[in-house]
Amino acid sequence: MIDNQTVQYIAGLSRLRVQDQDSSRFARDLEVILHYVRQLEELDVKDVPATSHVLNIQNVFRKDEIAPSLTQEQALSFAIEKNSGHYIVPKVIE
Amino acid sequence: MEFETVIGLEVHLQLNTCTKIFCSCRNLFGDQPNTNVCPVCLGLPGSLPVLNRKVLDFGIRVGLALDCEISPLVKFDRKNYFYPDLPKGYQISQFDFPIARKGHISIKSSAGDKRIGITRAHLEEDAGKLIHNDQNRSTLVDYNRTGTPLVEIVSDPDLRTAQEAYDYLTALKLVLSYLSVSECDMEKGSLRCDANVSIRPKGDSKLGTKTELKNMNSFSAVRRAIDYEAKRQEGILLSGGEIVQQTLLWDDARAVTLPMRSKENSHDYRYFPDPDLVPFVLDPAWVIAAREALPELPTQKLSRLVEHYKLNIYDATIIIQDRELADFFEACYLIYPDAKKIANWLNGPLLKELNERKCSLHDLDLLPAVLAALIEKVETAQISNLAGKEALSLYLNKNGSLEEIIRNKGFLQVSDDQQLLTVIDEVLRDNPAAVAEIKSGKTNVTGFLVGQAMKKMQGKANPKKLNELITGRLQNE
Ligand SMILES: [Zn+2]
Repeated sequence: MIDNQTVQYIAGLSRLRVQDQDSSRFARDLEVILHYVRQLEELDVKDVPATSHVLNIQNVFRKDEIAPSLTQEQALSFAIEKNSGHYIVPKVIE
Repeated sequence: MEFETVIGLEVHLQLNTCTKIFCSCRNLFGDQPNTNVCPVCLGLPGSLPVLNRKVLDFGIRVGLALDCEISPLVKFDRKNYFYPDLPKGYQISQFDFPIARKGHISIKSSAGDKRIGITRAHLEEDAGKLIHNDQNRSTLVDYNRTGTPLVEIVSDPDLRTAQEAYDYLTALKLVLSYLSVSECDMEKGSLRCDANVSIRPKGDSKLGTKTELKNMNSFSAVRRAIDYEAKRQEGILLSGGEIVQQTLLWDDARAVTLPMRSKENSHDYRYFPDPDLVPFVLDPAWVIAAREALPELPTQKLSRLVEHYKLNIYDATIIIQDRELADFFEACYLIYPDAKKIANWLNGPLLKELNERKCSLHDLDLLPAVLAALIEKVETAQISNLAGKEALSLYLNKNGSLEEIIRNKGFLQVSDDQQLLTVIDEVLRDNPAAVAEIKSGKTNVTGFLVGQAMKKMQGKANPKKLNELITGRLQNE
């Protein structure tokens, strides 16, 4: 059962801000989706391997050969804030 | 109540491939920040990861060396969490199909050999480097390390003491160092270790609540941290408290573990298959070829050195600590086939030189032929043992060829009878009292006369020869 609390928890994991009045709508939608998927439980899928990929291709590699990277200037051109070759982010503490 | 500690270790090993795991950026530590980055390792929209084949080869090699089963199917999954060291918002890792599982490694314990299980080894990408700046409350981010290939090696909870954990790490590092897949340097971060620690009443089979220890910078720090944490947990249980499952950071300076101040839910990683990476199916022939290409591993080398060269376990154990040193030993033996003598020189003077210089064998310009020649000169008494050690040191300091050093330093010992006898006769004449004592049976006084003669020869006489000649002279009188 998806309740408002679960919606807020999932939103938190995804760093999304969900307004309280929207929570119950999302809870209802998620519940419907889960209900639909739950139909699978009626089938015997014991011997069916989980699909991890829908394309029928495998073993796509590259050789261990160096190719040019971006320049520091290019890399940092996306940064909102930068300093001495680094991206700057708000302080995170561990 | 008596408690038992249960420890499992997670070791992260950075692989020394030329490029990163999913992009062609240079895989190198210590460059200018954010210069080895591209749209893939920066997680820019629209970029696609492509696996470096060598990373898979290295992963198979690590798995085989740890006696693991290699998974015929290898797939990658996304481990989701938000942190600035991870530009994509997820780390590409392996969840349910790790490349290797069910291996083991042996450690020496007081009760003989103990087998430690390896739960799994999986491939993943490293995160970026954060530098926290206290002054302006900001964090600097360098993404050069992002996408460095890692193998994470997870042990079974088979370790029971901090010392066993230390021994496991030492044994593991030795095997890994033989594989040439990583620098295996904990100080430089190419080998890192986290520990899962819990305690339970001795005899119980149920595991206690565990804590995860991070931030240990050396094997001995791992040992100290586990010892501290086991005692801390014991204190809590004995006073009726409960262990809280959490991640703790080891503070080596203060010698305590402290809770990591992180957001709740950080362990809800919501793994799912990475749709950007197709699965990898390992042909059995591939794995067989990798097994055949494995180098001789430390335990195999140890038994071979003991059996083939008749080395004792002690000498052989020291030599196999360094694959290079073991190769050097065998190369010396081809030139000068006296295993014990070579072992003495490697484990004594040569290791001392390496330790003093804090370098490894390949940093020295030393050919096996040069050391073999030096050993031969000492063994044939052309130079003394002491002079030999000094000659080695001077040679490594680039003071010329071995021959030049021996000549210039006057290391050659005089073994010529005529020359020595002239000196001996002088010594015997100057020390009548000592001569009388020897004749009365106090043969140990001979040493004094050898010393006197050596003094006159400025230390350049062959002491064995001097002894023989003095004894002969006195017997003939
Ligand atoms: Zn890149």
